[in-house]
Amino acid sequence: MATPSATVRADVPSGPPVRTRRNTELALLVAAVLISVFGYIEVGVNIDGSAPADVAGYGVALGVLALLAHAAVRWKAPYADPLLLPIAILLNGIGLVVIYRLDRATPRSSAAPTQLLWSTLGVGLFIAVVLLLRDHRILQRYAYIGALVALVLLVLPIAFPPVYGSRIWITIGPLSFQPGEFAKILLAIFFAAYLAVHRDALALTGRKVLWFQLPRGRVLGPVLLIWAAFVGVLVLETDLGTSLLFFGLFVVMLYVATARTGWIAIGLFLAAVGAVGVGWLSPHVHGRVTDWLDPLGSIAAGRGPNQIAQSLFAFAWGGLLGTGLGLGRSILIGFAAKSDFILATIGEELGLAGLMALFLLYALLISRGFRTGIALRDPFGRLLAIGLAAIVGLQVFVVAGGVLDLIPLTGMTLPFIAQGGSSVVTNWIIIALLVRMSDVARRPLPAEEV
Amino acid sequence: MRRHHRAKGDSSGGPQGLPGISTTGRRAGTFCVLLIVALAVQATRVQVFQKHELDHNAANQRLTIQRYDQPRGNILVGGEPVTGSEPTGGRYDYKRTYTDGSRYAAVTGFSSQTYGNTQLEGVYDDLLSGTDSRLASWAVWDTVARRQNPGGDVHTTIDPAAQQAALKGLGRQQGAVVALEPATGRILALASTPSYDPGGFAGSGTVDRQAWDRLQADTDQPMLNRALRQTYPPGSTFKVVTAAAALTAGVVDDINAPTGAPSPYVLPGTTTELVNDTSACDRPNLSLDTAMVLSCNSVLGYLGVQVGLEGMVSMAERFGFNDAELDVPVRAARSNFDTVMNRSQLALSSIGQYDTAATPLVMAMVAAGVANGGRVMYPQLVDKLTKSDGSSVQVMEPVVYKEALSSAVAGQVQRLMTDVVENGTGRNARIPGATVGGKTGTAQHGVGNSGTPFAWFISWARPNGSDDVPPVAVAVVIADSDATDVTGGGLAAPIARSVMQAVLNGR
Repeated sequence: MATPSATVRADVPSGPPVRTRRNTELALLVAAVLISVFGYIEVGVNIDGSAPADVAGYGVALGVLALLAHAAVRWKAPYADPLLLPIAILLNGIGLVVIYRLDRATPRSSAAPTQLLWSTLGVGLFIAVVLLLRDHRILQRYAYIGALVALVLLVLPIAFPPVYGSRIWITIGPLSFQPGEFAKILLAIFFAAYLAVHRDALALTGRKVLWFQLPRGRVLGPVLLIWAAFVGVLVLETDLGTSLLFFGLFVVMLYVATARTGWIAIGLFLAAVGAVGVGWLSPHVHGRVTDWLDPLGSIAAGRGPNQIAQSLFAFAWGGLLGTGLGLGRSILIGFAAKSDFILATIGEELGLAGLMALFLLYALLISRGFRTGIALRDPFGRLLAIGLAAIVGLQVFVVAGGVLDLIPLTGMTLPFIAQGGSSVVTNWIIIALLVRMSDVARRPLPAEEV
Repeated sequence: MRRHHRAKGDSSGGPQGLPGISTTGRRAGTFCVLLIVALAVQATRVQVFQKHELDHNAANQRLTIQRYDQPRGNILVGGEPVTGSEPTGGRYDYKRTYTDGSRYAAVTGFSSQTYGNTQLEGVYDDLLSGTDSRLASWAVWDTVARRQNPGGDVHTTIDPAAQQAALKGLGRQQGAVVALEPATGRILALASTPSYDPGGFAGSGTVDRQAWDRLQADTDQPMLNRALRQTYPPGSTFKVVTAAAALTAGVVDDINAPTGAPSPYVLPGTTTELVNDTSACDRPNLSLDTAMVLSCNSVLGYLGVQVGLEGMVSMAERFGFNDAELDVPVRAARSNFDTVMNRSQLALSSIGQYDTAATPLVMAMVAAGVANGGRVMYPQLVDKLTKSDGSSVQVMEPVVYKEALSSAVAGQVQRLMTDVVENGTGRNARIPGATVGGKTGTAQHGVGNSGTPFAWFISWARPNGSDDVPPVAVAVVIADSDATDVTGGGLAAPIARSVMQAVLNGR
């Protein structure tokens, strides 16, 4: 097994100089900002017949954020993957446009300016991470403290009143945030750090039970304990989406670290047991499963369309090309239109074409994250990049699959798109870490060390 | 457990030959991307393959909201809209209004957010609501761009003066009037009383629902379209068909020659005499002309039997009987003349009794066919369909329904009908300065003929000195009158006269 080498090396052969692709990134950023500005104008034209008065403000704000982030990358991470930042800006911009559009359909609602504020904070943190975090391996040292902090963050909302049936929010005055969002990064760091050190022991030692080699308790114990604590807290808070995400993240990282497919089998088995157990115990979850299996059932039963049915109606109405921004009837979807169900509005107003473009952006973002992980040399960095990319991928799948009736609805936010401050900030930190690590991965070998 | 070979080129391969992170990471990445692919597949399923089903789900309000988010196209009478649209301020932006709802209800039908669309509002719903593909200037592009076209207009053939005369004549009685332009089949008046206001329940509120419930509970059935959708025994007005059949079959050659009809006429195979309303008919060998002028049951019943079942059925069907798909374009009820009968039943049917039943529309077609030289035109309620800017979508051309009579026979029947008005039961329809042909009918019905008789009159009129096809033919039926002496000549003929005068004066 390779131990982390003293110098972080990139997986590129020496030879012709590596192009930094910073200008590509700049061009893509300009395109991303322009697409968002066009989106604003379309909303205004379709609803009022003219461009919104504050389009210049939004455009300049998004443009300045993009340029500042780009400057930070150009200065401190010149070899970073040129796709990560533009995709994040474009997703964030699309999110702002759709939230602004939904504001227009909701009297006395102004979620878009708040979202822009959170986005600014997110980009600020992105810049801070890119500038200040010189070497991602420093994070390895704080893995256990991070896990503890994450657990505290997760437990805190129990002291606060539930919102829509889930105790996952901390509300202080006008501010409210979901600590579970931050916890997922800390958890990924912990898993990466623990697995990087213990992967051999996990894969090779222990007793054989039936056909499967069970790791020794003192190796598996700590990680299983932490993971169980997280999932347990989340189940108590009925935050199914996040528990599903943490579970999936654990299984993916365990498999990547140990290459033991048996973990996946065990993971799926445990997931099934957990799902059935929770579905049986919690009427909240039981209802969601019923709605998933028969989304139009409540109509036949005379109770009118539920949210999944309304979501499917919205998607269907969009068809291939969508109604155009501002011309859908997404207000019929109900209260979570700007958060959990924002994809339904995108499906209705931008159609299948728009959804495909969006999915493509996510697929590109995720594959760039995995690519960064594979290109890195140190096991911790590799596992962390892969874990972060998996978080984005799993989260997109869980929330989009829920509103598209592919899987039961669990209630999560679409990364960068959905309304929600903690979500936007967290995702910007994920991008910052990936940018930071991709700079290391793509940097050519220093001449004196060849 | 199975050992894997170390992945090629992976310097940090997994422990003891297990695949390294490069390999497992790639697999995990592929898995995550496959999850996104699964989302794309599901989105395609919902947005393409389940689209139609979901869009048309009764609980999905989108189609309904879209339908009402722009003013509906209008129905026009004499170039003026008799409908409108007004903003509601609710979830459904616009609702239907009617400028004089009860006058044109039998023409327009209703368009209600709660109860749907009927008659012209129903038949041309796509055009009026703007979804008809013919409204699109660039059909393919409009579909792609989801451009919603403004609703088109339906121009009716109704003559406002004739419609007004018909409703005024009917007054508070239960009845119906259909006026046709014989040469083209255009419907000039279509009235049914008592009428209703379709604007009363166009919206979706409580008031609308109450108005609807009241109309449904009304025993006078104001929402029944008696002109198109209700059949009545036509009584003696059917004798026009029988006379035409007798002349066509050669049973009678000369309308003034003796017919050989016996008196009294005993229904074949029975001992029952076919009685007449007037004793003037109780003579043998009356001419067809005299029999029509006096409306003699015995003579026409006898002639119908002489013509035979086949000839009578054939003649009735040429005027629109037994046609279950008479669309004007609103579908009319099927008028009936039995195709299987014994001879006594045929005798009764030949004077418009037994199972014979006709809509006012078909009886107007009888009068119009005779007036048009024997050629029955397909009745039509709509002149043309236009876009909101007035450009034509479709212009209706006159269509021949059936060549019912030879022009010679038609001329003879016209003579019979003018004699009825000049010398007989139809005197109340005479118009100074015009030639009028008509036929009265007073149809018994109910158990033992206990019901108030249906008073009928069918007629046509042309200005004196004109050789053209008469510009108007009318059928009037009064179904339930308070009058003590209910006869076609007394009750129905004056209404026919005023409708015909309205048309003649307007020319």
